Amino acid sequence: MMKQDWKKHDSEIRPGMVVEGKWHHKKYLIKKKLGAGAIGSVYLCDVNGSPAALKISDNSTSMTVEVNVLKSLEKVQGSRLGPYLLDVDDWTSPLGTKYAFYVMEYLKGEALGPFIHQHGREWIGVFMIQLLEDLNKLHQSGWVFGDLKTENLMVIQTPPRLRWVDVGGTTQIGRAIKEYTEFYDRGYWGMGTRRAEPSYDLFAFVMVFLHVYYPKRFEKGGNPEATLMRKLNEVKALTPYRHVLKKALTGKYTSSSDMKKELVQVLQRFQQQKQTRTQTRKKTKTSKPAAALELGGMTFLALGYYLLSLLF
Amino acid sequence: MKKGTIKQILLITDGCSNKGEDPAATAALANQQGITVNVIGIMEDFHTEESEGLQEVEEIALSGGGVSQLVYKQSLSQTVQMVTKQAMTQTLQGFVNKELKQILGSEQSMEDLDPEKRGEIMEVVEDMGETCDLEVLVLLDTSASMADKLETVKEALIDLSLSLNARIGRNRFSIFSFPGKRKDMEKVFDWSPRLDSISTIFPKLTSGGITPTGPAIREAMYQFGKKSLLRSFRDDEAGLEEA
Repeated sequence: MMKQDWKKHDSEIRPGMVVEGKWHHKKYLIKKKLGAGAIGSVYLCDVNGSPAALKISDNSTSMTVEVNVLKSLEKVQGSRLGPYLLDVDDWTSPLGTKYAFYVMEYLKGEALGPFIHQHGREWIGVFMIQLLEDLNKLHQSGWVFGDLKTENLMVIQTPPRLRWVDVGGTTQIGRAIKEYTEFYDRGYWGMGTRRAEPSYDLFAFVMVFLHVYYPKRFEKGGNPEATLMRKLNEVKALTPYRHVLKKALTGKYTSSSDMKKELVQVLQRFQQQKQTRTQTRKKTKTSKPAAALELGGMTFLALGYYLLSLLF
Repeated sequence: MKKGTIKQILLITDGCSNKGEDPAATAALANQQGITVNVIGIMEDFHTEESEGLQEVEEIALSGGGVSQLVYKQSLSQTVQMVTKQAMTQTLQGFVNKELKQILGSEQSMEDLDPEKRGEIMEVVEDMGETCDLEVLVLLDTSASMADKLETVKEALIDLSLSLNARIGRNRFSIFSFPGKRKDMEKVFDWSPRLDSISTIFPKLTSGGITPTGPAIREAMYQFGKKSLLRSFRDDEAGLEEA
């Protein structure tokens, strides 16, 4: 059923076409396809000379549900969690198919994995804290991200910031998770329920950073929990955060602010370790300067971002 | 006030029926009784979506007022829960549409409303989907060709129970297999709020040669409203009551 939906989009909507809203009469010139999800496709479009992202689908129900989520995220005070919603409308194609579409701010950026691999692992701590800050705001206002995964995140410039590009799975706390992806779903790993609570997102949070180092994902095997722990242990770049990440995997944190607090402590400890190491190095000149520099950089960046975030 | 109950038959099969009445006809009958019939067609790796035996899948769901989906067994878990939830929304939306027509008159349906109003209505539909009670009767094809898929089906059903039990509303599940040893259909697992304990039952499922899908759907209809369920269904005409 869904596959046929995609085929329909592919054949009907092409670059150069103009989509005109039935209710608000705004015109959107389709430029190119940005991607396709479970519900509908996203296109880059042009509206009065500026770019925007247009999501379109013949499944009006699911689109309405997504728009409701975007609208409620906009009500979260003082922050921009999801993409900014510009327009919601319907369109009937020349062939007579009825579509529902919405237009949102076009976020241009880089995927999380490639960014970290290119710019260095000192960014891990930065993005972890950014993501926990945003999750905390979301949780505080009574929502859970749900379908938190690498594909739904993007690093935008400048300064580099992790933004949420697809928030379709956002679910009210206490309800059943609306949308999920097996690899990121604690239910799939046999490590918890599918009820929307902050700890559900924190599990997926760990999987996001694991996915950066296992882009092809991995099988759960006979003992899913053991598999997860082993895979986590094997990633050297995540060693500093291992203890915190394990607690998140096993549902030990009931709030994202608790997890953030412990993560900040981890980063502070590095700051101290770095200082002692620098002193030792001055005396002996035999320590590893690269490692010390790296740890220092990581801590500095992460703490800087943390302090910045406190201002807003 | 009492919350409504949604009744669904979830038919899981890998081929076409070859005994008894037309399954699309019995599915239509079930639909008239307020039971939605959803169908999952499991494809072999060499199958395409156009495979002949699997065309029946769509026809049964269409006349049963439900949702159908063809899948390879690898993605069974996600499909089973998606189909179940989609059918719930569909049922609730049908109900809301009927109400809307009574209020707005004529041929007004949700699609004719502007996006803002539609959004408000969908919020109500979502609330109902989260809080209503749900009864799912799993009707499992255990004919010979299904033998190597039963393990995956078992996992998918446990997963389904995990998804649905995260809702606020209550759930009840039962599993029947067809063909039965002597009858067209046989009880595997009695009505229960969870499916975690089915692991012990599944290995015992023996597979037969025939596929009496039509008669099995008819039999399944009568499994709703038995025992303690009787009371809750007696005054329940359309399968759904206003909350």
